[in-house]
Amino acid sequence: MLKPTRNSSFFLILPALILVGGSSIIPIITIVNFSVLDVFYGNSFIWVGSKWFIQVLNSKDFYYTLLRTFAYSAIVMAIEIPLGILIALSLPRSGKLVAFYIIAIAIPLMIPLVVVGLLWLLMIHPQWGSLGVLLSLLDLRIDINNVIAAWSVIVFVDVWHWTSLVVLLCYSGLLAIPGRYYQAARIDGANRWNVFRYVELPKIKRVLIIAVFLRFLDSFMVYAEPYILTKGGPGESTVFLSHSLMRTAVQQFDLGYSAAISLIYLSIMVLFSWILYKLM
Amino acid sequence: MSPITNFEPEKGKSLSRHSIKPLQYRRIIKKYLPMLYVIFLLIPIYFLVCYSFKTESEIKNSITPIPMLGTLANYKAIFNDPQSYMAFINTLLYVLVNNVISLVVAVPGAYAFSRYSFLCEKHLFYWFLASRMIPPATVAIPLFQLYSTMGIVDTHIAVALAHCLFTVPIAVWILEGFISAVPREIDEIAQLDGYSFPHFFIKILIPAIAPGIGVTVFFCFIFSWVEILLANWLTTVDAVPFGSIILRAGTALGLNSLGWLSAMAVLAILPGVLFIYFVRNHLAKGFALGQIS
Repeated sequence: MLKPTRNSSFFLILPALILVGGSSIIPIITIVNFSVLDVFYGNSFIWVGSKWFIQVLNSKDFYYTLLRTFAYSAIVMAIEIPLGILIALSLPRSGKLVAFYIIAIAIPLMIPLVVVGLLWLLMIHPQWGSLGVLLSLLDLRIDINNVIAAWSVIVFVDVWHWTSLVVLLCYSGLLAIPGRYYQAARIDGANRWNVFRYVELPKIKRVLIIAVFLRFLDSFMVYAEPYILTKGGPGESTVFLSHSLMRTAVQQFDLGYSAAISLIYLSIMVLFSWILYKLM
Repeated sequence: MSPITNFEPEKGKSLSRHSIKPLQYRRIIKKYLPMLYVIFLLIPIYFLVCYSFKTESEIKNSITPIPMLGTLANYKAIFNDPQSYMAFINTLLYVLVNNVISLVVAVPGAYAFSRYSFLCEKHLFYWFLASRMIPPATVAIPLFQLYSTMGIVDTHIAVALAHCLFTVPIAVWILEGFISAVPREIDEIAQLDGYSFPHFFIKILIPAIAPGIGVTVFFCFIFSWVEILLANWLTTVDAVPFGSIILRAGTALGLNSLGWLSAMAVLAILPGVLFIYFVRNHLAKGFALGQIS
């Protein structure tokens, strides 16, 4: 539908613009500022040009952290997106159970991030946690000091927490497909895979893109769950970008260095969102 | 029977068996997968609730799926300790402030996006969405400095404002869909009836999109309620959220307060679950916002 042009309606958006700008644009300008300055005694600033960026880009730790974050994002998405689609497909479209399923599936999304971490920390404890005890009966001890175990736990927890988002988004997409599409597919003799490939997938494409976006963004910003579950350990093996950034910024109070990391982090987010957008 | 007639149904049977078998698997998956998934989701939460009703020694000594000596001591401990229960009140306060602010600015914004085209309309809409790409960790320090110059660090306002970073865009996005579903003729009729613009908003538009407001509040509430990085970082004493307390106690899990921690966690889950129950009928629509925009 064609909308009438009225430039004065810009003023209706202004409050929202100021609020969001106040907590995004102003901080980003500050980061840009810090990333080219060095601070002495908290109040004298010296122009250092690209020193911080060179330092970040020459640091091996940064690349490892970046690589870990990418690996985490990729693993988590590779599990959650197909699993989410599968569960959404198998959910009943109508009937009494639908409301129950939707509420039950949405519950993990309502749980505060720290609580998710704490919940699973309690679960996997080899002596008190139910899952931990169950696994130790099977002679499998979850040793959080083992790199593979630590990673499996973090990925598992993320799958538990966030697959629901993919399920709910895809499910709402599937609900919007009219029944006659399925009838037409049946008349054409399509098998289940063809129905999915040529009827359902194109129809849920939009919500699927949103799901992939949200999962990419959130998994790339992951902070609280690994922080509680493994504290970044063993060694540095589960330190992700947000965690490493908070550590440099808060504990070492290294403003310029962390500002440079922030800017690189931010550009990676934007760049990859753009690539994802173009790919799909 | 002749061997041939015997042979024919045999063949037909084996054929049909081959074509039915995957179908049966599929039916079994379709029947049990959702239930299995829901059980997988709910079991840890169930155990958490159990822990919160157990005494410390019961947690550490026996793994029973039901609390044998049901005790309310953990909850009593929280409600008797001002530091613990104030943490929940603090969180509720900044979440409420945040939701009110978000709604007040997002409704007019969404209305403008939905009804008119204007300079940079598309760019602004995407710019709103793009603020979702900003990792909270990157803006934490600048926000702290900004708020300390404004003198509002460690207040509920600070956290509420910081959370606007992601609640306002999501609110604008959801509301835009709901407002677009309201026919534009209503605006014109209201204008002809002599409603002023603010009057029209309060008397006509907002009742018309009431479910949308519910869904929006739900999403804003959840996003603000679960966030911890900024909330923890911007508060020190007066406005500490429950997340910080769990973070402090939980990361030092050498621990002799498991029951207490579980009770804290249960209380932290509760509002979200209650909320989801109230908006359950509109939730699917909220999640369908992908098709609307």
